Amino acid sequence: MNVQAKEPARRPNPPRATPRFQINRRQFALILFLLAVLSLTAVAIAGDRCASIAMETDFTQKNLAPCLSHPFGTDWMGRDMLARTLTGLSLSVRLGLLTATASAAIAALMGSAAAMNKTLDALFSWLIDLVMGVPHILLLILISFACGRGFRGVVIGVTLSHWMSLARVIRSEVLQLKQSAYVQIAAKLGASHLRIVLRHMVPNLLPQFLVGLVLLFPHAILHEASITFLGFGLPPEQPAVGIILSESMQYLVMGRWWLAVFPGLLLVTGVLLFGVAGNCLRSLTNPASANE
Amino acid sequence: MRFVAKTSLRMALLLVCVSILAFALVSASPVDPLGANVGQAALGSMSVEQIAKLETYWGVNEPPVRRYLAWAGDFIRGDMGISLLYRRNVALVLAEKASNSLLLMLSAWILSGALGFALGIAAGMNREKTADRLIQGYCALIASMPVFWLALLLLTVFAVLLRVLPIGLSVPIGMESAAVTFADRLRHATLPALTLSVAGIANIALHTREKVIDVMSSDYVLFAMARGEGRRSILRLHVLRNVLLPAVTLQFASISEVFGGSVLVEQVFSYPGLGQTAVRAGLGGDVPLLMGITVVSAIIVLLGNLAANILYGVIDPRMRSGRERA
Repeated sequence: MNVQAKEPARRPNPPRATPRFQINRRQFALILFLLAVLSLTAVAIAGDRCASIAMETDFTQKNLAPCLSHPFGTDWMGRDMLARTLTGLSLSVRLGLLTATASAAIAALMGSAAAMNKTLDALFSWLIDLVMGVPHILLLILISFACGRGFRGVVIGVTLSHWMSLARVIRSEVLQLKQSAYVQIAAKLGASHLRIVLRHMVPNLLPQFLVGLVLLFPHAILHEASITFLGFGLPPEQPAVGIILSESMQYLVMGRWWLAVFPGLLLVTGVLLFGVAGNCLRSLTNPASANE
Repeated sequence: MRFVAKTSLRMALLLVCVSILAFALVSASPVDPLGANVGQAALGSMSVEQIAKLETYWGVNEPPVRRYLAWAGDFIRGDMGISLLYRRNVALVLAEKASNSLLLMLSAWILSGALGFALGIAAGMNREKTADRLIQGYCALIASMPVFWLALLLLTVFAVLLRVLPIGLSVPIGMESAAVTFADRLRHATLPALTLSVAGIANIALHTREKVIDVMSSDYVLFAMARGEGRRSILRLHVLRNVLLPAVTLQFASISEVFGGSVLVEQVFSYPGLGQTAVRAGLGGDVPLLMGITVVSAIIVLLGNLAANILYGVIDPRMRSGRERA
């Protein structure tokens, strides 16, 4: 589905007479970014539309290998795997949106608070060490257990366990900004605190924050799938990618490989697309690469 | 030495906090241990006294702080409580599972570290060339792949289609435990360990690559090239020395990821290790076991971090007097 992404990217040393349709790296990154976002949105919408088909059972059509009418095959209840996978992926994308945004907001809050105040900073690094002290999956299991499993546990768990690295980035960025000449001069010139934050800090932080946010998605989605796969997440009748894959485990031995291969492949594609989008956004917002 | 003492103290304090956090989470759980393990139907047919007896067994009615203090006191004395699912001492259960997991995690940890380091060097030394692109592509692909899906793929290929390796478990089915040879165990650990290693390579390779590129664009390497030093000697004298140490520390810090990966991989291969036990404990509401696993894994992770911190201090003189990494 992302075949378009394979266009030849760079042309080193462009010839003097530029061909009419030559695009530079920035334009290419922008197109790639839009394509990635577009296909993810398409998946989110398509999956939502497929939701009812995904639950339909048809016992005359069960255990079919991939064919034309069922490109991903069908499972033991005759449900179309393509519809199920799309629905699951759509759920993943939407869950990722929710958790990554919430997590990034926590990161921004924590990071900037830590940079502003010594005591808070000590508390902050302590908290990070604490959260990092428990292996990630185990933390997810614990939080999910604390929330009585289910949807809420997944959302809270993924949100609370992904803010650390972005928070660190924001903290060091704010610290650097505080030291920079133009912020200090602005302060000496009598600019108010609010003005410094709005005029000097936010414009510098925003790109970092956005890139960090987009790059949080892949992690959030993968961890959501993992915890669901382990059986802590959503109820088993829900078509989520983790559940589809954990169900498929029972049928792999019988040679029904398509139950695992295609849903996983689509998940990997989705995650890769988020990664592509994040990296494009990074090179687009990075002033150092503005002239490429 | 003061640095080491300070770091160790910090780690110990962190450990206490981790246990408090874990205990708070576990106690906050609305999962009713009676309903989850005895079953609603069975509960309905029981007398009030029986239920009350069960409630004391699962510790339903005590306040959390009292329970935590009791638990921590026992833990320090080496008594981790009785696992509710296995009906055995948690320490015994953990020891047995950990010995299964150790083979898996250790081999994956070493293999992924060594391979990742080599790949990272190869990519960094051949920046922007085909080898670099291939390695980077591989890392990007692996990084966006759920570990358990990778495990499922390898399982399908090697165990179901080719039938060269066993499908799961750590020992052959239906064999007496005395008759199991080390070769059997090894055969059963191959696929899970392979999965874990393949998945672990990406991180270390990418970091090493970055470092190598940093070093290769430094003034001293430029000078060495100007002196006419060959690539081989630059690699040996400048790159390796500067890159090896961060890589080693990174590898120590990645223990937590190996553990996390092993939870998923063990689930796929039904390998009876720590990870699978953690999942069972979480699903079954076995609080003592879950606490035990959390604390033990936190100890392992923190020891890894401690080792990384000390290595930093030993190797980099600038770190010794300065403050720790923020």
